[in-house]
Amino acid sequence: MAFKTSKSLIIGAIVAVASVTGIAFAAGGGSSDYKQDHVDWSFNGAFGKYDRAAAQRGYKVYREVCSSCHQLKHLAFRHLGDKGAPFYLEDFPNPNDNPYVKNFAADWQIEDIDGDTGDVVERPGFPSDYFPEIYPNAAAARASNGGAVPPDLSVMVKARNNGADYVYNLMLAYDAPKPADVELTPGLYYNPVMDGGKIGMPPQLEDGLVDYDPVEIMDHGKVKLIPAPENTAKQMAYDVTQFLAWSADPKLEQRKRTGLMTILYLLILSILLFFSYKRVWRNVEH
Amino acid sequence: MSGPSTYEPKYAAAKWMDQRLPIIRMGADFMTFPSPRNLNYWYTFGGILALCLVVQILSGVILAMHYVADVDKAFASVQRIRRDVPFGWLLQSMHAVGASMFFLAVYMHMFRGLYYGSYKAPREVIWILGCAIYLAMMATAFLGYTLPWGQMSFWGATVITGFFGAVPVVGESLQEWLLGGYSVDNATLNRFFALHYLLPFVIAALVGLHVWALHHVGQNNPIGISAKTESDTLSFHPFYTVKDAFAIAVFLVIFAIFLFYLPDALGHADNYIEADALKTPPHIVPEWYFLPFYAILRAVPSKLFGILLMLGAIVVLFVLPWLDTHKVRSMRFRPIAKWFFLIFIVMCFLLGWCGAETPDNVVPVIGLGKMTFYTLSQIATLYYFAYFLIILPVLGLVEKPIKRPDSITKAVLGDSHRDAGLAPAE
Amino acid sequence: MSDTSVHTTDADLEDGSKRDFIFLATGATAAAGAAAVGWPLVAQMGKAADTLAAGSIEIDLSKIGEGQQLKMLWRGKPVFVRHRTAAEIAEANAVELSVLKDPEVDTDRLIAGPSGAVNQKYLVMVGVCTHFGCVPVGEAGDFDGWYCPCHGSHYDTSGRIRKGPAPKNMVIPPYSFISENVIKVG
Repeated sequence: MAFKTSKSLIIGAIVAVASVTGIAFAAGGGSSDYKQDHVDWSFNGAFGKYDRAAAQRGYKVYREVCSSCHQLKHLAFRHLGDKGAPFYLEDFPNPNDNPYVKNFAADWQIEDIDGDTGDVVERPGFPSDYFPEIYPNAAAARASNGGAVPPDLSVMVKARNNGADYVYNLMLAYDAPKPADVELTPGLYYNPVMDGGKIGMPPQLEDGLVDYDPVEIMDHGKVKLIPAPENTAKQMAYDVTQFLAWSADPKLEQRKRTGLMTILYLLILSILLFFSYKRVWRNVEH
Repeated sequence: MSGPSTYEPKYAAAKWMDQRLPIIRMGADFMTFPSPRNLNYWYTFGGILALCLVVQILSGVILAMHYVADVDKAFASVQRIRRDVPFGWLLQSMHAVGASMFFLAVYMHMFRGLYYGSYKAPREVIWILGCAIYLAMMATAFLGYTLPWGQMSFWGATVITGFFGAVPVVGESLQEWLLGGYSVDNATLNRFFALHYLLPFVIAALVGLHVWALHHVGQNNPIGISAKTESDTLSFHPFYTVKDAFAIAVFLVIFAIFLFYLPDALGHADNYIEADALKTPPHIVPEWYFLPFYAILRAVPSKLFGILLMLGAIVVLFVLPWLDTHKVRSMRFRPIAKWFFLIFIVMCFLLGWCGAETPDNVVPVIGLGKMTFYTLSQIATLYYFAYFLIILPVLGLVEKPIKRPDSITKAVLGDSHRDAGLAPAE
Repeated sequence: MSDTSVHTTDADLEDGSKRDFIFLATGATAAAGAAAVGWPLVAQMGKAADTLAAGSIEIDLSKIGEGQQLKMLWRGKPVFVRHRTAAEIAEANAVELSVLKDPEVDTDRLIAGPSGAVNQKYLVMVGVCTHFGCVPVGEAGDFDGWYCPCHGSHYDTSGRIRKGPAPKNMVIPPYSFISENVIKVG
């Protein structure tokens, strides 16, 4: 009897969980006939990891293309050199000392107060600084962009259903032919990935836009040189999505690793408890 | 059921304590509490729920150490917890996913109670306390969902507090009093945080009463026949501690799968967008555990009546012990009620589905052609209330139960103990 | 325990060790798990990554006039930078180590500049009384140094404890010269 009930319990739990997740997934959905590419992202699945070389190039795409309008307000430069981050180096466990991080930080101008005069001054960034605001306020952002505020990108990949596919496809979907019933006012572009098909952002990526250099990544404790791929628009969309996916979920690799250990542990504990249970009840009819 | 205490202090110090504060006796009596020997796995959800409460309170107190309840900083502080606080990513996810797991377990626990008639005399108070816990859980979950200050937090809070605005005459003042302003704002966030911190301890106190009442009258069991003789029962420890522990470990596996591999599957992407009072997300739905009630709310085209109906769906649970008048507790022996109960479960899932969908969307129904979710939710709502207000009361008068065993011992061992040795243990 | 069918057989007795093993293994596994869960619960109270990252300030010494003291916040604590007068330096040098509660030579409490020499003019220290953490008042007390108003500790012109309940000299923070006149604390 215990076996039967435990079986029905497990089946019941699976059914309940499946129906619930089914509901959650059913809540999403697109808005047009545009066929989105479904990328097999390296970070999907139980053992998924970010493609560090792509994420490094993705930072470059962000810096040279996106960052003129879109902030990464929840990220500090030091985050780029954290464990699990694109620019992590084993020799620099403290990301503040990471040479990449220092260079990137210094590449940005940060507003500060001069300690002597009290004036607002600009200085090169430190690793502990956060990515600076691009517009002084929301009104300025709206005014510079035809009424649409460019959203923050720190957690963008989590802020949409299937966010990685969304960002990737959004960057590439501008070529889709505009249906007759979509009316565009000046300053709006047709993009079928966007809800409603209208977007304030002009097309950004084109082949050859960002120059790619070879990048160095940590591979099993060694520095490995990854040659630069061809800088097509698709490659750039892929790379910047890898970077933004990391930005939205920087602890993904740690989470999945911990998860594997935890679940293995719990399975062992369950088996031990099951045998203990059998022992305790071995002479008891129930 | 609780019977006289069998605890005898072994040491002088224990005896000294026992005469002054019999707390060791209380613990010992708890552990040796005579429990029906035929409790199945559906009875392990009580233990699982106790664990859920502990997990939520522990992780919640920790999150409160890092969270900032301020409309300008709340969203960023959650991001900081996920990025910079040691193990913050784990604890924040644990709390968010834990809420879903808590509700998953409580629904199992409630369905079990409904099926085995655990609400019937003498367990009405246990049931009512349980309903109160469920109500407090819903309030806590709603308040907590506001705190990350995402789009769903903000608009969920706006919609739910709007319910109070439907109260005739004083509605608007009542709503503004709850919000501490004209709309959801900093004052709202701060009071929601304070109440979200308070309510779990109220829940813990209610759980104390729930368990106290349970130990006063004794557990129900799958055949619904009270334990009468000593051979009907087993000591809680080690028999049910080990069984509960096994069930908890299996439950934790499911918890861990969600926590580590699907942390956002039960949430909404929109809540990763910071609250914006100027823009409502296109598709706002509550968390999955509120969906059935959300569907009931939308099943009638009147604001006030919808809210009353939704409240009624919860109130009806409180008075259930007096609606189901059938003298047999367990539906194992109620051939008709059993089927109505199964339909009831299906209807609850259906309501959940309707709650997640846009009411005007069309769904193909076998045999009936096409139907909108709106119509579907009306049918399911009708059944939900009919089950409690018509079906159970009527069955109480007319349903003939099938033959029941005389006692738990006989149910387990058969009519004669001679068979015991032959029957396999499991 | 109201088991109706307990059989005490030889098989049961032999089972004893096996049963003990399974219970022990289960208990040990559960305890290990509980300990593993305990660690994140404790560790979360430690310094977060942003707290660890924030942490250094730069101070231009040339802007501090003789006999003046600069007070700046570093990691939430005041750092005193005092441009000492010749009299104060002489006073600090004249003290016999034997009279000190926490014996330290004044020059050991200073860090060498880029030239390798110690400039006794500038004393940099964490301005927190080593008793219970109050901020001492400058140019006060029986030894012309600092005086802590909370419980009456007297420090000399080198920030060394001379009288009162504080056990240690005021702490020297980690700092280095990034140029002739600019130091970086932290």
